[in-house]
Amino acid sequence: MDTLTQLVRQRFPQQVIGAHQYRGQETVVIKREGLLEIARLLKEHPSAQCDFLMDLTAVDYKKFGTSQHSAPTLRTPSPLPYYMTAKPSTETWERLVSDEEYRFELIYHFYSTAHNHRLRLKVPLAAADPVADSLVELWPGANWFEREVWDMFGIRFTGHPNLRRLLLYEEFVGHPLRKDYPIAKRQPLIGPTN
Amino acid sequence: MFLNMGPSHPAMHGIIQLVLELDGERVLGCDVEIGYLHRAFEKDAEAGPYNNVMPYSDRLNYVSPLINNFGYCLAVERLLGIEATERCQYIRVIMSEISRISDHLTCVGASAMELGAFTVFLYMIKAREWLWELVEAVTGARLTISYGRVGGVKADLPDGFADRTRAVLQEVRKVLLECNTLLMRNRIFCDRMQGTGVIAKETAIGYGITGPFLRGSGVALDVRKAAPYFIYDRLQFDVPTGAHGDNYDRYLVRMEEMEQSMRMVEQALATIPEGPLNIDMAGNLLPADIMVDEAKMGRVAGFRQARVQLDPTLEGSTRGFHEAVNAREKRAVLPAKEDTYGNIEGLMHHFKLVMIGHGIRPPKGEYYSAVEGANGELGFYVISDGSDRPYRVRVRPPCFTIMSALPELLIGDLVGDIVPTFGSVNMIGGELDR
Repeated sequence: MDTLTQLVRQRFPQQVIGAHQYRGQETVVIKREGLLEIARLLKEHPSAQCDFLMDLTAVDYKKFGTSQHSAPTLRTPSPLPYYMTAKPSTETWERLVSDEEYRFELIYHFYSTAHNHRLRLKVPLAAADPVADSLVELWPGANWFEREVWDMFGIRFTGHPNLRRLLLYEEFVGHPLRKDYPIAKRQPLIGPTN
Repeated sequence: MFLNMGPSHPAMHGIIQLVLELDGERVLGCDVEIGYLHRAFEKDAEAGPYNNVMPYSDRLNYVSPLINNFGYCLAVERLLGIEATERCQYIRVIMSEISRISDHLTCVGASAMELGAFTVFLYMIKAREWLWELVEAVTGARLTISYGRVGGVKADLPDGFADRTRAVLQEVRKVLLECNTLLMRNRIFCDRMQGTGVIAKETAIGYGITGPFLRGSGVALDVRKAAPYFIYDRLQFDVPTGAHGDNYDRYLVRMEEMEQSMRMVEQALATIPEGPLNIDMAGNLLPADIMVDEAKMGRVAGFRQARVQLDPTLEGSTRGFHEAVNAREKRAVLPAKEDTYGNIEGLMHHFKLVMIGHGIRPPKGEYYSAVEGANGELGFYVISDGSDRPYRVRVRPPCFTIMSALPELLIGDLVGDIVPTFGSVNMIGGELDR
């Protein structure tokens, strides 16, 4: 089952930051310099053949784990009664890079019709320089996905032919899905003045 | 010449703007402007606890809302590591397929109407009405149903649902036969739909197109077969594919898919596991207000066996029904109302799931769940940071990728071909723009 992760690790060992399997889904975290080559490998290598770029999105990890809305829970587990045995610990998930250093993360979901396998590729990006390579030349569908990520998060893609806002209007100020954009923020009025 | 098929246009389903560069009647270039129905689903989903996302997810693909509900529930359940009961999974499959039939009826009916076949549209809307009456009997609403819950569904199926559904599906089959007779060998329909909006297999895959659009080009990809979820692996159904990738093939694929969905619903109704436990209710049926008042005074003797008579809108969610369709997971599923008001454990359980700050707390993690929506692979990518609210909910909309390929489909054809092509895209504004 780990074939795609092993393939990426074999070919580009310096670009891979880490990999994990969580709830049956494989994820590989790579550096942004290796994005284009690894994507090309996933598309063209015969044992990968990921012809579908199913989804391309981003996550802002600025407020991860700092929710003010959670009631405190006990950290130490309560002792079990005599008739219960402890269940083995279930799998855990960690991000593999630190939230302060890399604020954003680009998430790519690949699917192969030939082998019916999926892979999630994650590319962490720093807040100061949120730029990545565009995958438009490999998958034309990446065009709109990347435009939406630019619109919502402000992450630029080098090599994109037409990087402008997709869902929001051009005069919109800010990038709404960032965690520091409050949901009820008002926008400046636009339109013809009298 | 530049022509603007503006956001407000009778043939633009929902709201979309096409800026067309024309040479006479031939389309040379096309720029698609979307976002007129952007309502910040992904941002709103971060604001509420996990079950609060359900009404928002109804309004994504609003002609097949049950599929969106269950797609989101699947993602959160996998994050929690719980599984819905078998009866609940059968109910989810039955309701999803009924939703899919009503989506295809709307799509084919509307696109036929735009070509001038007004009768077909009304016949299909008549059939859709019968299906919506079924949905209303189960969920209480026709369109914005909020029926799914993390760990189960809101309520069990009403009495007599199976017979009623079988009768309705027989009638729907007659309507489909009638509409097929009107359209399939109709000279005008064939001339306008055959050979227009052609997309090749490789181009479609490159754009990430899935669903009936891709199947019309000859790729037999269906998430229900490739990665079965709920109980799709127990049902027998075929995946229809087209040969030419034009609008006519997509029409045929959708018509055949409706028949396959009906086949699935009938199989599921035949094999659905039994409903609630047969508890004797004679003498043990309390009106709800009496039960609450007695419970407040501490007089709860016999409440463990009692069934309460709730408001008709809550029919199907009382004690026996509740366990049949909701997973037995205290960390995600509310107790039945008799337990909430009848004993302290139920009250504490209810409190821990409903009060602000408490609630469903999946462990830190992420999951991408793919379900087969009416337009293709509907993906929900949910990230949890261990708190009671989702950290990120991403919807992978199936018609987003189809709309990004719209310039490819339209360039080279005539202006008059835009209407059938756009109709067969089945663009749903709620899903495209979220």
